[in-house]
Amino acid sequence: MKAAPFDYAAPTEVDEALALLDEFAEDAKVLAGGQSLVPLLALRMSRFDQLVDVNRIEALRGIELVGETLVIGAMTRQATIERDEEVRRHAPLLAEATRYIGHFQIRNRGTIGGSIAHADPTAEYPAIALTLGAEVEVASVRGRRRIDAGELLESAYTTTLEPEELLLSVRVPVWGARSGFAVHEIARRTGDFALVGGAAAVTLDEADAVARAHVVLFGVADRAIRLSSLEAAIAGQPVDQLDLAELAREATAELRPPSDVQATGAYRRRVAAPLTERLLRTAFVRARRAGDPTEEAAR
Amino acid sequence: MSKQLISVRINDELFEGEVEPRKTLADFIREDCTLTGTHLACEHGVCGACTILLDGEAVRSCLMFAVQADGASLTTLEGLAPEGGPMTPVQQGFMEHHGLQCGFCTPGFVISAHAFLRDHPDPTEEEIREGLSGNLCRCTGYQGIVRAVQRAAEITREDVTA
Repeated sequence: MKAAPFDYAAPTEVDEALALLDEFAEDAKVLAGGQSLVPLLALRMSRFDQLVDVNRIEALRGIELVGETLVIGAMTRQATIERDEEVRRHAPLLAEATRYIGHFQIRNRGTIGGSIAHADPTAEYPAIALTLGAEVEVASVRGRRRIDAGELLESAYTTTLEPEELLLSVRVPVWGARSGFAVHEIARRTGDFALVGGAAAVTLDEADAVARAHVVLFGVADRAIRLSSLEAAIAGQPVDQLDLAELAREATAELRPPSDVQATGAYRRRVAAPLTERLLRTAFVRARRAGDPTEEAAR
Repeated sequence: MSKQLISVRINDELFEGEVEPRKTLADFIREDCTLTGTHLACEHGVCGACTILLDGEAVRSCLMFAVQADGASLTTLEGLAPEGGPMTPVQQGFMEHHGLQCGFCTPGFVISAHAFLRDHPDPTEEEIREGLSGNLCRCTGYQGIVRAVQRAAEITREDVTA
């Protein structure tokens, strides 16, 4: 099928884009990498009078370490993030998760800002933003603001962004020493949408107790969710004394994931528990290794 | 909804056209430029048949609008090997190992394989399967395609060492 007609503008400056979004508001849609929006338009599941293509705005691209924050321009392509040395060093979870996104042809066009703003409940980047405690910087003609990932993701395909607002950058905090990460997802084939996915970020103290932990699942609700009760249960606990299988089972018992043609909700809940256990186990091992000077030297 | 004038370099030839913004790049390539080597099946980014190189990178041409490619440089299937000249290693591999049956998906596979082998000159079978996962074939069962890409990698290495 073909998209319904629309007017098209491809501004080269952020201010031009903001003026267009202000003028057309909910009749306008930002076109980022287009790997989700264009199919929706082609299938006529969505239609807009005005597309604002932000692919020609150079200022929205780039990766920069500012203090303890990795600032990634909204229009930075997934393929760039996957290969970027700064990302690998300061946000390895983001680089690792990128490989799960679609196929390499998709990652050549798809962007971090587009993926987060699209808020697909099975998508990797919104979940990783939540796991790492990232913020997004957004702008409208009225000014700029920062939104925590947890407050941005409202429900399936819905964020707290206003129609006039443009996502400018994603601000990923650098997790300190003795931090470890894991991401994994269950899908029928490479590149498919996740049936269930998850990510974990942990920091250990000198005694190998949990100083900080964020555990996120996606594909089990209308958006990526943090397992707050699990995070609270392991906080301050020595890693070696945790019964991760039991903790993961408890933390996922109340989930009511959706059923669809790919998998039942019961199946999704069933695999969520071992997935959560595996994520934490991997993150803990990596956190210990990250704190070991001989391992650091060997890398 | 007014038409826009665009110019796109495809296989080192400049094409100009007046297009509606909603026209996909794939439709522009096929209809306006009559380069029908780029195939279209699903038209929503699943099958990979329409894969082309956009400024050297493999992308799905059905997931872009033609207006977005204004000023860009593309390579389609027709641009890989000179007309009447020798086939590329990927094309040679597909021929030797029966990497196609009906041929509908083949342009997308060949383009994807070119981009994949450029970045992974000595791939394992697993890497090849992952690299081809963005293209669907309903005839071959993929065995011949995987062997074709393995052979293409071999030919490329022989060419380099020869």
